[in-house]
Amino acid sequence: MIHSHLVTLLAFSALVSTVFATLLRDTNRERVRFFLVAFAAFVLSTLAIGWLTNPFPG
Amino acid sequence: MSETRAADAARDSSRAVAAGLLAWVWPGLGHLYLGRRWKGLVLMGSILALFGLGVLMDSRLQLHLGLEDPLALLFSLAQMGVGAPYVLARLLGFEAGLVTSPAYEYGNTFTAVGGLLNILVILDALDTARGVRGK
Repeated sequence: MIHSHLVTLLAFSALVSTVFATLLRDTNRERVRFFLVAFAAFVLSTLAIGWLTNPFPG
Repeated sequence: MSETRAADAARDSSRAVAAGLLAWVWPGLGHLYLGRRWKGLVLMGSILALFGLGVLMDSRLQLHLGLEDPLALLFSLAQMGVGAPYVLARLLGFEAGLVTSPAYEYGNTFTAVGGLLNILVILDALDTARGVRGK
């Protein structure tokens, strides 16, 4: 279905961030802000952890 | 006066139970029942997309209810949290997954997280029905 790790990460981050933003904030403005922060946190932390684990081959 | 209060409490309680059950049966349905149309539709779309993508990425839809393997039990319960879509996908023959698929583990993560998020949605529907949460 999805053959790219990056697209998988982006899809997962977007969908989970949408649910959290919808549940945890009450106004649309707050939800958009929360979504952007959560989405960025998911993507950037995954890329950072992926980069940090690079010296340790599986 | 107290009879009216008792009747209101009973009505609120049955409304909360109905919202919780509907939210479990189909993601977002509890919020739609409570009149939170957009919230329900967004939650429904996101969770169904997460679960559906997981199934399409060859996830195994596990049905393990024994205590001899607690992690398998927790994983099964997580996937079951999504409700009817889990049953539907199993009935349509997607239960086995494809362990050799490169996307298998991603698919498992998508389906389990979809179910776990729906448990949060069920709790939110219960809180909304009881008036704990506003919008």
